[in-house]
Amino acid sequence: MTTIQPSLSKPVNGTKLQAALTTQSRPSRPSAFAASITFAWRALLKIKHVPFQLFDVTMFPIMMTLMFTFLFGGALAGSVGEYVQFLIPGILVMTVSMISMYTALGLNTDITKGIFDRFRSLPFWRPAVLVGALLGDMVRYTLAALVVIVLGLILGFRPAGGVMGVVLALALLLFFAFSLSWIWTMLGLLIPTQESVMMVSSMASFPLTFASNIFVDPQTMPSWLQVVVSINPVTHVVTAVRGFMHGTITSGEIMAALIASVVLIAIFAPLTMYFFRNKNTR
Amino acid sequence: MQALAVERGAAVRTESAIEVKDLRKSYGKVEVLKGINLQVERGKLLALLGPNGAGKTTTIRILATLLRPDSGTVRVFGHDVVQEADAVRRRVSLTGQFASVDDELTGIENLVMIARLLGYSWKQAKVRARELLEAFDLVEATDRLVKNYSGGMRRRLDIAASIVVSPDILFLDEPTSGLDPRSRRQVWDIVRALLAAGTTVVLTTQYLEEADQLADRIVIIDHGTIIADGTIGELKLSVGSGTVRVRLRDPQQRPEAERIVAETLGVSVHLESDPSALSAQVTDPEQVGTTLTNLSRAGIVVTDFSLGQPSLDEVFLALTGQPADGEANEEIAQ
Repeated sequence: MTTIQPSLSKPVNGTKLQAALTTQSRPSRPSAFAASITFAWRALLKIKHVPFQLFDVTMFPIMMTLMFTFLFGGALAGSVGEYVQFLIPGILVMTVSMISMYTALGLNTDITKGIFDRFRSLPFWRPAVLVGALLGDMVRYTLAALVVIVLGLILGFRPAGGVMGVVLALALLLFFAFSLSWIWTMLGLLIPTQESVMMVSSMASFPLTFASNIFVDPQTMPSWLQVVVSINPVTHVVTAVRGFMHGTITSGEIMAALIASVVLIAIFAPLTMYFFRNKNTR
Repeated sequence: MQALAVERGAAVRTESAIEVKDLRKSYGKVEVLKGINLQVERGKLLALLGPNGAGKTTTIRILATLLRPDSGTVRVFGHDVVQEADAVRRRVSLTGQFASVDDELTGIENLVMIARLLGYSWKQAKVRARELLEAFDLVEATDRLVKNYSGGMRRRLDIAASIVVSPDILFLDEPTSGLDPRSRRQVWDIVRALLAAGTTVVLTTQYLEEADQLADRIVIIDHGTIIADGTIGELKLSVGSGTVRVRLRDPQQRPEAERIVAETLGVSVHLESDPSALSAQVTDPEQVGTTLTNLSRAGIVVTDFSLGQPSLDEVFLALTGQPADGEANEEIAQ
């Protein structure tokens, strides 16, 4: 094997390689923003290369909206038309909250691959990996939200808050989804396999969405449940999203939703980063 | 490399690129590294040779700051890998055993991403990515998804990603395992070019031939300890220069062939599982030709005759008295 140097082996381009190796000065460390944007770009490229992964953010909202509107509409509000006014803002929050779980799945798959070693050996601002992925997910959340809103409009949803109200509601919702993602991201780091990540995230997301004011007015619930509902961040976000869409928003409602989101970030972002730093460096 | 010497006053006193003293690492109760001592000179290539589970990957991951040592000191250009991990990261680059490129992106997207994360602007990143794709013979694959790359292409892209900013030390973890001979030679060419450019390289391999081709120094690891450390010449002195393998047309003649080979070379002959093949260690290469002559004089027809590098197994046999036994320990490190 050592004796034969067949000419069919097209050697690597020697001179070009030498030129490529000539050390340019190393650029200075990228800013936190530049690194995050790079990871967001990476997330978008993946959507571009595998558009099928948008299946969940289009089909899932359609399914949820249709199912709950027609399932509960008659029983809860007397008619589908009336229930839709109540439900659409809630189902919007629910859909986006549930889709945000996939962030954890994606991260979990990512971490097990060699590329993560490469990331960890580069001297950039570490949280960028997660922040960037979450920013990239904003595109998915927006898409899912648009699907729900358009479908809602078809079903007779008429937001009194107008276009402006809907846009503000969306902005708030995206911020909340970003905050919520940190929980899933943390789970994605802590739990070894994809299957168990999926299981734990689903378990966590059910009480989060159902024990809220998404489907029914909490007034109808037993008092202990009302307490749970009132501390559930989802409830505050749903209230604010409804307020924006129906044009009845109060500054108190906005504050409550923002505080709920900021608290999530304050707790889970540092935890996630802590686990991320210590991942595999035992 | 001269520029390095003035860069940091105190840190540069040390002549070596890497200094490892009594490095230990365990996973739970499994002791993977039991006191490793290493020294790598600047601009040289050190090969870490050993079977699976010997501790090669663990060592290289600690050197690249991806794992923390339990005890011992590890200095890269005078910087401690634990205390000054960021300083080390600025000088080194690692190409892992499992391709550390993103399957779901194209070749150019991978390189642009790494360049961005090193601080290049979008525009500079694209220029640098194209330059590297050209240098690594990957121009046609620029816009192809990496998951559709061949093993050799992926490996080249991986190395390209490691030198977006030319590192002072490049770590290559089994850079050619699973590659066909042509791709393997391409990787060797790349490594030689890196050395010519002054880069210090540490690579792990299971193939003595690879170490022989590239390395200035070879360190053999087994069960977490170093069992040999020296130049390839020194190593061969201790294990013999190679192995003669003979294949006969007629298996019936093997006993006679065995006697002739043993007499000519003055060593014991190993009968291989192939009934028409036999092999023997060679200490004096000059006797090899005589062996062939003696066989043909005796009327034995030889269909295959080769003088090869001793295999890793034979090296182990010579050094430890027992063949290399790969374990799964190394996998834990992943």
